Amino acid sequence: MHALTLPANGHYDEMLLQSGAIRPHYQPFASWLHAQTPEALAKKRAEADLLFHKVGITFAVYGDEAGAERLIPFDTVPRIVPSSEWQMLEAGLRQRVTALNRFLWDIYHEHEIIKAGLMPAEQVFANAQYQPAMQGLDLPHGIYAHITGVDLIRHSDGGYYVLEDNLRVPSGVSYMLENRKMMMRLFPELFARYQVAPVAHYPTLLLNTLRHASTADNPTVVVLTPGPFNSAYFEHAFLAQQMGVELVEGQDLFVKDDYLYMRTTVGPQRVDVIYRRIDDAFLDPLAFRADSMLGVPGLLSVYKRGNVILANAIGTGVADDKSIYPYVPDMIRFYLGEEPILHNVPTWQCRKPEDLDHVLTHMADLVVKEVHGAGGYGMLVGPASTAAEVADFRERVRANPSNYIAQPTLCLSSCPTFVDSGIAPRHIDLRPFVLSGREISMVAGGLTRVALKQGSLVVNSSQGGGTKDTWILEGQA
Amino acid sequence: MLSRTASQLYWMSRYLERAENLVRMLDVTHSLSLLPQSRGATTELAAPLAVTGSLDAYHAKHDKLAAEQLFNFMALDLDNPTSVLSCLKFARENAHAVRGQITSEMWEAINATWLEAKEMPKRGIPSVSAFFDWVKERSHLFRGATYGTLQRNDAYCFIRLGTFIERADNTARLLDVKSQLIAPAQPSLMPVDAPAESAPDFYAWSALLRSLSAFEAYHAAYRDALDGRRVTELLILRPDVPRSLRACCDEIRAILPQIEAGIGAQDAGRDVKKLAGKLAIQIEYGSVDEILALGLHEWLTGFLQRSARISEAVREAYLEAT
Repeated sequence: MHALTLPANGHYDEMLLQSGAIRPHYQPFASWLHAQTPEALAKKRAEADLLFHKVGITFAVYGDEAGAERLIPFDTVPRIVPSSEWQMLEAGLRQRVTALNRFLWDIYHEHEIIKAGLMPAEQVFANAQYQPAMQGLDLPHGIYAHITGVDLIRHSDGGYYVLEDNLRVPSGVSYMLENRKMMMRLFPELFARYQVAPVAHYPTLLLNTLRHASTADNPTVVVLTPGPFNSAYFEHAFLAQQMGVELVEGQDLFVKDDYLYMRTTVGPQRVDVIYRRIDDAFLDPLAFRADSMLGVPGLLSVYKRGNVILANAIGTGVADDKSIYPYVPDMIRFYLGEEPILHNVPTWQCRKPEDLDHVLTHMADLVVKEVHGAGGYGMLVGPASTAAEVADFRERVRANPSNYIAQPTLCLSSCPTFVDSGIAPRHIDLRPFVLSGREISMVAGGLTRVALKQGSLVVNSSQGGGTKDTWILEGQA
Repeated sequence: MLSRTASQLYWMSRYLERAENLVRMLDVTHSLSLLPQSRGATTELAAPLAVTGSLDAYHAKHDKLAAEQLFNFMALDLDNPTSVLSCLKFARENAHAVRGQITSEMWEAINATWLEAKEMPKRGIPSVSAFFDWVKERSHLFRGATYGTLQRNDAYCFIRLGTFIERADNTARLLDVKSQLIAPAQPSLMPVDAPAESAPDFYAWSALLRSLSAFEAYHAAYRDALDGRRVTELLILRPDVPRSLRACCDEIRAILPQIEAGIGAQDAGRDVKKLAGKLAIQIEYGSVDEILALGLHEWLTGFLQRSARISEAVREAYLEAT
């Protein structure tokens, strides 16, 4: 009925063992799948597309002149994670995010990690993401990154590795929630076969986290969006609605007498916490980019007086920069005195001469990235590139080594995925969302992104990636 | 509620109401233009352009006034900001910006409408009548979704306020233009018990009533032949006809106090409540003799000025607060 195939080159497959047998936690799904006709499944996929379009779960594509709203392709084969694996991931994520927040507090206060000689000072202070304005500022509970999205991949050895930490304005959580709603609507019978951990309470956890970020009594929380033309606008509106708070744009806010207010139909109303989905540079035209129309003039001065909380804080980008990433295991040891539970991908830092030599020699086998890049832009996937592309990139790295890091070509695990010809293995990653308030909380789940092109390892939605529902199983080994 | 949100909710519903009323007006124009003895077919066709103030824009694009070009221009032309499709587009854009404040049923209704509508200029429409029916249906669906799913809060109030301010304006304009076309002379000159009016007038008045879904109401209320005086009374003074000016003004007056506000001098909405109250009372205690004595066109011109002042006061009180 539905032929399931293994990925090429010995990649780890989430559903199949190397022998081709079904992994135990996928067996109920596989037996269900074999009882479905291709026509019935195709009909369900068409239904899903229609529903997503109707609900308007779309994203705008940068550079698309028509300003078209596209659907992120949704795949109906779930990514299933056994509970034992999730327990390990959750412990690792708590540990990692705790250390990252401690790191941010440290570099904006006493710089202990630098004094201890674990990290070169210029890595931090010369980093474009480092915000001098944050030096010495005390934030409630010492939390900088209230919302973190950690990108994980599973390597061919079966282990999970952290690809990057997203501490600025990580997006995608709305897809986690909507994908689940869609799967429950399309395939209710599967939820009778599996005990899937629920994710729908994420907005409640997020609201609690945001409220606790402020010391005000009964704080007023808002979501700050750049507006309807932002690629993630759907998510901003969705989260504001789910939390029951206002979705504001910069033009709705103003500063008066050291406090921040929003314009309402009954006059100005104080704002205590901003869940901002705008980058640092656009927050306050008086302090950062003067040409920004998205922010609020004077916001930084209110923030520095402690009269408003920004989530995430200003200047968190320094901790998820690719040049800082290699140090995260050291941070965990330094701040927490623990061994890292989640591993980093081995990384060569081109700013180090010996690493640069290795990268220039082995470039065709490596993935080379700009340290400040994001979204899959400005990178070279060596094995997937032509000799000319590699040579070109080699010159770019040689010209500015400290702008690049390199990693081995990762073997992202694969998961069976519907494609034109039937079902085929496609590579996936996983982005769980970690909330840091008075304590760390998260829902058992995350966003699974899938590279829909055969053999592709780029899962970004801006580059043709899709998503899957992620099922964390409860109560099973 | 954020002032910007209130403004977008208000305009979302105004544009949707405008699209519906425009279609109602085009429908009348369409049925009248099919009458063989219709007098002044071109004046009839010019009516929608006159009402929406887009005569110049039309002539910049088309040489002569012809039914097909007119429907394309007023219904499907996205370059024409007053077309039905443009209204649907603006309504959807406003809804998009406030989708967190409306229910998913409302959003899906308005979004699906736009997704279907935007294909129409390319794909074409089966017939103008089918298009008119479709727009009305989509408007009813959205209103029904609003009525059936939205919490009775300020969002609901601003949506309803937009509906009735727009509807009052549109009914008044439609009545003004049509009455001038049908009976350039004063309706008061037509005695109630005079012999039946000429056939074209009968069709013209009945088309106007039908376009405002008031044809059945007319017969239920008067059980008599159509005449301009009674049509005027029905569309201006009857509280039980949902598209009459009286009904719209009653709604506006009733909605305003439900919007969250300060007390006494702290109430930013004092001016608009006062204006809306005065207008509603004037109509409530008005009479058709009074209206016709002044002249229907003059009376309607005064009404439109007052409703424009109310709409301006709404903007100052709620939508652009500082």
